[in-house]
Amino acid sequence: MSIRVRELRKTYRMGAERVHALAGLDLTIEKGEFVAIMGSSGSGKSTLMNILGCLDKPTSGTYYLNDRPTHEMGAIELARVRNEEIGFVFQSFELLPRASAVKQVQLPLLYSRKRWLGTRRQARQTLERVGLGDRMSHKPNQLSGGQRQRVAIARALVNKPSIVLADEPTGNLDSVTSASILELFSELHEEGQTILMVTHEEDVAGTAERIVRLKDGRMFSDFPTTMDPIHRAYLGHEALSAAARAGVGATSGTGGPQPMEVE
Amino acid sequence: MTFLIRLITQTVFSAIGQMMANKARAALTTLGIIIGVWAITAVIAAVTSLNTFVLKGFEEFGANRIELWGTIPPSQRRSRDDWQRVRLKVEDAEAIRKHAKSIEMVALTSNLRARIRAGEIEKAGVRVTCMEPQFLEIDRRVIKSGRPLAESDSTDELPVCLINDKAIDELRLNDGGVGEFLTINDRRFLIVGVIETKAMGPMFGGDDAQSEIMVPFAQVPKLQGRFYWIQAALRMKSGLDENDVKAEIRFILRKHRMLRPEEEDTFEMFVFESILRQMRGMATGMTMAAAVLVGISLLVGGVGIMNIMLVSVSERTREIGLRKAVGANPLVVLLQFLIEAVILCLMGGLLGLILGQLSVLGMQAGGRGNEALKALATAEIPPSAIVLSFGFSAAVGVIFGMWPAIKAARLDPIEALRHE
Repeated sequence: MSIRVRELRKTYRMGAERVHALAGLDLTIEKGEFVAIMGSSGSGKSTLMNILGCLDKPTSGTYYLNDRPTHEMGAIELARVRNEEIGFVFQSFELLPRASAVKQVQLPLLYSRKRWLGTRRQARQTLERVGLGDRMSHKPNQLSGGQRQRVAIARALVNKPSIVLADEPTGNLDSVTSASILELFSELHEEGQTILMVTHEEDVAGTAERIVRLKDGRMFSDFPTTMDPIHRAYLGHEALSAAARAGVGATSGTGGPQPMEVE
Repeated sequence: MTFLIRLITQTVFSAIGQMMANKARAALTTLGIIIGVWAITAVIAAVTSLNTFVLKGFEEFGANRIELWGTIPPSQRRSRDDWQRVRLKVEDAEAIRKHAKSIEMVALTSNLRARIRAGEIEKAGVRVTCMEPQFLEIDRRVIKSGRPLAESDSTDELPVCLINDKAIDELRLNDGGVGEFLTINDRRFLIVGVIETKAMGPMFGGDDAQSEIMVPFAQVPKLQGRFYWIQAALRMKSGLDENDVKAEIRFILRKHRMLRPEEEDTFEMFVFESILRQMRGMATGMTMAAAVLVGISLLVGGVGIMNIMLVSVSERTREIGLRKAVGANPLVVLLQFLIEAVILCLMGGLLGLILGQLSVLGMQAGGRGNEALKALATAEIPPSAIVLSFGFSAAVGVIFGMWPAIKAARLDPIEALRHE
């Protein structure tokens, strides 16, 4: 068992008001799953990601990560869990501006107590895994958006975490690059990596094998991707409009409605 | 432990990288530290040099030494004969020997410049000292060969003398001096001993050693004319307050000279220890004043460091957030920023030290080229000052880097990653 969350609540105080970002959430994610978490803004998905990533602690409820009660841990212990068990991938990459790709990937190893030697080799291997074998010494400003995100993914993977948490990993990328990053995630999933990805795009969520939807800090739905009604509707709509486009294209040659042309 | 060492070395490198990326900023930030260390090393070097210059002078002259001579109160000065009246006498010395418990040794001396001849060589204006035997010890003279002068040389009025190396060279006494004869103002003297040539301390006319000849005190009437002068060199017991010693001598001499209470002293004394103490006090005062100035400049420097570290923390908020996300715990972040501050300060200290060393080289050059600055010729930064200035720099880094580092350590990673 990888992640087990029970009755998770997170309450913020905003002036006199109390905002319930999470209002009693139950969630279980097994090892090796690839889960997309969706929801509109304010649904609590960011709060959930922060708690799952051990960056934040719940107001109440329990969160067991690999059977360890993270809700009972202090700041130093949580930092260690983040270092050893969790790999973060951010929407805006969050690379150090002046460091080379290898240095970026080495960063988590610097704070690790597990490995003393060979951190550079390990970083290189991980960079090769994400397809950046020829970009080791490049700095962020010498890399394209997709390459930067690959460096960030290598950094998330380098310490062999039990889960990778990706927060809108394709949010700052064009569709072609997004597709290649998502393909990388799929490959990692095939290799057995547990991945949690927050997104608000249906086609991105389609890469995952399971979609969890949140609403108002509670679970709204939890289905395998192929059975998720909203996703199916989306796919259906996509297919329909694709067909429509194809239909328009097919008829346009034989004298359908033509675009107006000014003579 | 290994973890800590690796973390520190990595942090040191990244801190140096940070500085290299912002060279001008780092240099301006550490200006206060640079100037502080520059000032303290230069001042310590100068004071140390002055101190050794002065101390060396006194050591050459002899510690615990008192000079005593007769004098006429200014209101009564009329003729040269009056001076002969107050001149020190053998009886004065005897009175002190007999009664002054604070005095170890007394020796009367009388100096003249004489014409010396040895064989064909003649030299005029050579310094001749008529002295009682203990003067050699009070003046810390070293006998190189032969014998010192003895009490019996005086009582028997033997025409014997001591001569120093320099005079042997100048008079070309090739057989080593002892057993040879020379004439002092045409009187024949036998050389019975050779003394080491003693340079006067740098404070008392410089290092140029002079030819010197010493004869028993009993030769004074024969060598001196009607007008001559006698002074006494005394050595007091160490560890006594010089004012008590002066009071005792004054009491004994006034009594011996039968001065009435309303009469002024007909003698004067000079105690070297008191001057030495004043000099030491002056040096301490200078160092203290410098320390205050340096303290202020280090304080200003420290505030500069604090300011730039605060800027750095807020500039790098996202980076701190990221580092925390990938597993840096608050202590590690604290350590990282603290090390950066310390490195910044140590770099400033190093630059200051380099400037200080350049100033010292300037002082040395000035001291060699200019008689008035002679005291600075031996200026150099003592190792303790180097350790001290690096210690201070590091301390400033820790003290003034603490607040920014705590601020960085306390950043909430979620907020930090959201920071624009």
